[in-house]
Amino acid sequence: MNKSFIYIFVLAISTLIMLPPSSNAQKPLTVVWAEWAPADYLDELSKDFTAETGIAVEVVQIPWGSFQEKISAAFVGKSDLYDIVIGDSQWLGRNSVGGHYIELTEWMNENIDVSSISDTAMTAFAEYPKGSKEYWALPAEVDINGFMYRKDLFEDANEQAAFKAKYGYELAPPKTYKELRDIAEFFTRGPDLYGIAAYFSKEYDSITMGFQQVMWSFGGSYGDPQTYKVDGYINNEDSVKALEYYAELIKFAPPDAPNYYWQQVLDAYKAGKVAMAMEYFAFFAGAIDPEQNPKYYDKTGFFIAPKGPKGHYISIGGQGMSISSYSKNKPVAKQYMKWFIQKDVQEKWAMLGGFTPHREVLQSETFLNATPFNQAFSESMPYLKDFWAVPEYADLLEVCQTNWNAVMVGAKLPKAALDQIARKHEQIFEEAGYYDE
Amino acid sequence: MRKIRFARGLSDYQIKMAFIMPTMILLILMNIFPLLWSLYLSFHRYKASIPNRLPKFIGVRNYAQLLSDPEIWEYFRTTAYFVVLAVAAQFIIGFGLALLLNRDFRYKGFVTTLILLPMMLSPVVVGLFWRFILASDASGLVNYFLSPLLNALNRDSIPWTTSPNMAMIAVVIVDTWMWSPFMMLISLAGLSAVPKYLYEAADVDRASGWFKFRRITLPLVSPLLLIALLFRTMDAFKMFDIVYVLTHEGGPGTATETVSMNLYRLAFRSYNTGKACAMAYILLIVIVALSNIYVKYLNRLREA
Repeated sequence: MNKSFIYIFVLAISTLIMLPPSSNAQKPLTVVWAEWAPADYLDELSKDFTAETGIAVEVVQIPWGSFQEKISAAFVGKSDLYDIVIGDSQWLGRNSVGGHYIELTEWMNENIDVSSISDTAMTAFAEYPKGSKEYWALPAEVDINGFMYRKDLFEDANEQAAFKAKYGYELAPPKTYKELRDIAEFFTRGPDLYGIAAYFSKEYDSITMGFQQVMWSFGGSYGDPQTYKVDGYINNEDSVKALEYYAELIKFAPPDAPNYYWQQVLDAYKAGKVAMAMEYFAFFAGAIDPEQNPKYYDKTGFFIAPKGPKGHYISIGGQGMSISSYSKNKPVAKQYMKWFIQKDVQEKWAMLGGFTPHREVLQSETFLNATPFNQAFSESMPYLKDFWAVPEYADLLEVCQTNWNAVMVGAKLPKAALDQIARKHEQIFEEAGYYDE
Repeated sequence: MRKIRFARGLSDYQIKMAFIMPTMILLILMNIFPLLWSLYLSFHRYKASIPNRLPKFIGVRNYAQLLSDPEIWEYFRTTAYFVVLAVAAQFIIGFGLALLLNRDFRYKGFVTTLILLPMMLSPVVVGLFWRFILASDASGLVNYFLSPLLNALNRDSIPWTTSPNMAMIAVVIVDTWMWSPFMMLISLAGLSAVPKYLYEAADVDRASGWFKFRRITLPLVSPLLLIALLFRTMDAFKMFDIVYVLTHEGGPGTATETVSMNLYRLAFRSYNTGKACAMAYILLIVIVALSNIYVKYLNRLREA
């Protein structure tokens, strides 16, 4: 073997290695979402897309705890790792203003029947700024905060009689926050049974999602969305009363409740520690699965978040599908989104367990009867409200999380915590230039 | 032959540079440039999450805002409280263990290795399993084993990670469990280096055990102990991972919110990059100042 042959061989191998992959080979579409059951449903659903188009779809799941960080890090690094990002509604401001999501307004108006999608879902998951009709995402999973309860306890004749004797009305799923508190108190018989498990933790958006709906329903608010003034809104008398109420509620929860987020709430419920549990609807599937909840899967009922003295508002969850600006697969991503929102695909999405944003499918009998909690989900739709979706949402959220959690453990008084939030939120808005003329 | 000629063709200076340059380039790219770039950003308003908004020079406003924020001072107090408690506990336990192990006995190597195991684990894993061990209800192992005693005293389970008063104690316990072996290891190295003849001479003079410890062991081991203390103090000051996992991101409230935890929030939650850089520099200055105190004391010891 002479030297020139070796040189040619090495050169040929190097050229082969350095050559770009064949343009005929279709790169799989990468969809990234949090690690939870709906992502499994999407993985299953996407097989139909692959069957129709021959394009493989990879659904990457990231644990909730690091979901936001990983996506943000990919965006900051302008990574083309993900084509479609199914992100939280609060992310819209930051990722649209930051140039991480591509604008979809024109494409959606031309390719998607926007009127077929629930208005609430469009506003929460697609639009930024709110009311602008500028779209950055296609609603994918509508999620709502709700409650589950132990039917075996609620329907027990002795419990019913004892409850009526103590509170003067029938024991039934609560319709108001006062009733929720009474029932939680009634079933608090530690150390084996407590009244309620709810979102109290400092993690990510936990306590904010749990408490904000109480605050709104008591008459409080985050601030004026036009002027971004916060003082006098989030720390008004109604908000203080709401926070006092929420701090009282934790007394009827298990001792480790200050750390409760969705996983801990679900675990507490499945362990039979609580009579009622606050949870996002997308997690309810775990409560009716005989494998995951062998004790109470058939003894579980569901109800919508109660109303307060000054209104009825419920925290919206869920996500929209956005296309990463750094994706090299944008046309395919659009093709996938167009396919996803079709009525028959949405019907299958709903049957698999996804919470469809499709107006018609949402109202169909098929959807309402698909699970024991879809009825409560549908009833909750008119009351949905969201956190700030501005680019500074993460700063605002951190302040709420820390202060509200401090109240839950008695480290701060409600009024002091709310005053602190008002001061910090106005400081954040001021620094970001919201008060500039 | 050609290789030899090539090597002979390089001057001493060129060979020196050839060895130094890769390291220099790596250091400049990985350390010096980020250090200077972050210093530059600390004087600017900039969010890495919104790259299309260019950094805007705001002078020392980031530093001023951070240093005038009472919450930041609270986080520094929390961190200092943790550092003092954790490092002191690790020093006492680690040095105590080293004294116990500084003798010949059967299975000494095996026992030493067993004791060293905690510091070989990932802090996140440690935080996670201690989260279960220290769960605030009866499902936590510690509370489970204490339940007969707690019931007899008519007391509730200990709220290890859910009470603002107990959470920091829980973090200190976990950090001490993990890092006392490090103190032990360094102390043991120091102890085994003490010449035996000094003790023999002291024995001849009928010196007491306490006298030998105070006059022989401690002075000879103290330089190494100081180095161990320096490492642990610097590391404890940067406490992040255990707090992140064990007390659910510095909770409850701000009870275990260390400076590093807050820095992480600023940098990777809020993407308030300018302010996070300023905060990192403040932290750097504090650590360098603390280290200097140790180093000065160490030098004084050496001179003595």
